[in-house]
Amino acid sequence: MSEPVLKLTNLDAFYGDFQALYGLDLGVGAGEVVAIIGANGAGKTTLMRSISGLLANRADAIVYKGQSIGTLRADQVAACGIALVPEGRQLFPSLSVEENLLIGGKVGRQGAWSLNRVYDLFPILKDRRAQASTSLSGGQQQMVAIGRALMANPDLILFDEISLGLAPVVIRQIYDALPGIVSDGMTAMIVEQDITKALSVSSRVFCLMEGRIALEGRTGDVTHDQITAAYFGVDS
Amino acid sequence: MDWVNAVVQGVLLGGLYALFAAGLSLIFGVMRLVNIAHGDLIVLAAYLGLSTTVLLGVHPFVALLVVMPLMAGIGYALQRGILNQTLGPDILPPLLVTFGLSVIIQNALLETYTADPRKLSGGAIETASVNMGGITMGVLPLLTFGIAVAVIWGLQFIFYRTALGRGFRAVSDNQDIAQLMGLNKAHVFGVAMALALAVVAIAGILLGMRTSFDPAIGGGRLIFGFEAVIIGGLGNLWGTLAGGVILGVAQTVGARIDPGFQLLAGHIAFLVVLAVRPNGLFPRVEH
Repeated sequence: MSEPVLKLTNLDAFYGDFQALYGLDLGVGAGEVVAIIGANGAGKTTLMRSISGLLANRADAIVYKGQSIGTLRADQVAACGIALVPEGRQLFPSLSVEENLLIGGKVGRQGAWSLNRVYDLFPILKDRRAQASTSLSGGQQQMVAIGRALMANPDLILFDEISLGLAPVVIRQIYDALPGIVSDGMTAMIVEQDITKALSVSSRVFCLMEGRIALEGRTGDVTHDQITAAYFGVDS
Repeated sequence: MDWVNAVVQGVLLGGLYALFAAGLSLIFGVMRLVNIAHGDLIVLAAYLGLSTTVLLGVHPFVALLVVMPLMAGIGYALQRGILNQTLGPDILPPLLVTFGLSVIIQNALLETYTADPRKLSGGAIETASVNMGGITMGVLPLLTFGIAVAVIWGLQFIFYRTALGRGFRAVSDNQDIAQLMGLNKAHVFGVAMALALAVVAIAGILLGMRTSFDPAIGGGRLIFGFEAVIIGGLGNLWGTLAGGVILGVAQTVGARIDPGFQLLAGHIAFLVVLAVRPNGLFPRVEH
């Protein structure tokens, strides 16, 4: 791995007195797709919130392209080129489909992604552009959430539970679109409970358990038993 | 004919109330902030208008060119400097802080301008009137109503047709996610308050031309604004205009019954609406 795009060093995260992450060390190389797996409450979403700036950290706990971003606000992190597709879509209900996408471009970074390219990726959204975002199906809402993140032209995109609550056929559609997204060198971190899906698109995998990294390795190298052990904390 | 006249005058008066209310409605809509100092800010704008007309020797409408940016600047500074710090899951701190602000503004005005009633001199326009079908309407109230419609239309346009308004709605929907989109909510809130106080400047100048004012009348204007917002339904600007009109008509019709009945009639109309439609007449329709 070359010099990592994103480097986490001894990352702790807290909600008040409750500690959710314990001394995480993790690096992601340019253009790499990394999967983060783990059970409910393992700290996956907390990790996403920390990287994206929604949770404040030590400045040097999160270094992105050589810049310490741990203390930056979420809007400043976004301006650096990190976009999050949040768990549960979290579209803006007062905004139409197209407005949701446009606000993603508010960060003002130049790049390959535009409204038209998002519509090329998910043609159905073009037909629904004027509709209220909440009137779409779950899968279509997820497409909007992904498109909204892409509109920021990020260098690093974080996907948090993009298959949660969706029908298998819809999940397949979403995952079929992923290679087209990361093919032009975008780095991605994918948080996923569906381990098979996560491993199918990633080159490396980290398994979190109770706020710590229980397993890390190349996707081809880790065995099913290792994952089971790291996921549930028991030997199978 | 007297009754028709009372209704027409009430509608025009409602325009002024809608202007009192528009800023309140906007602030509440964007940041869920109930600004107790809103009425005093209207009075502050009237006094700033007074100083401007006196110092520069200009008509109150020309003074708007000074007072609007001034109030907008005060709004932005107020929001970034003080009010943003009070916003959070608890709704009490902003209420207490803006209440304190209300007291401070009133006393500062009292120290600066004394308690003597003052008035903005609009010249001939104050007494000019037009006659339509036997009903005489003052040019100033007509103009006020027209300005109210224009302001509400303008705010509506900003809210639903511009990138700025998109940001307002996004931050109002979900502050965290909006922040992820590169919107700094502290700044967005500052801009919203600046816009609200620019409207307050218009309301203050029109108030000052219509009636005399002193530092203590802010509370009453706040109540009228509140009632217009609640009658119309929270978060709906056209509803706010309707709310102002209903309040104005209730007051003028009440005054027609008995001059001492004017304010009470407005409050009763407000209570009736609240009892029948607790969310107001036109609450914002969720998409």
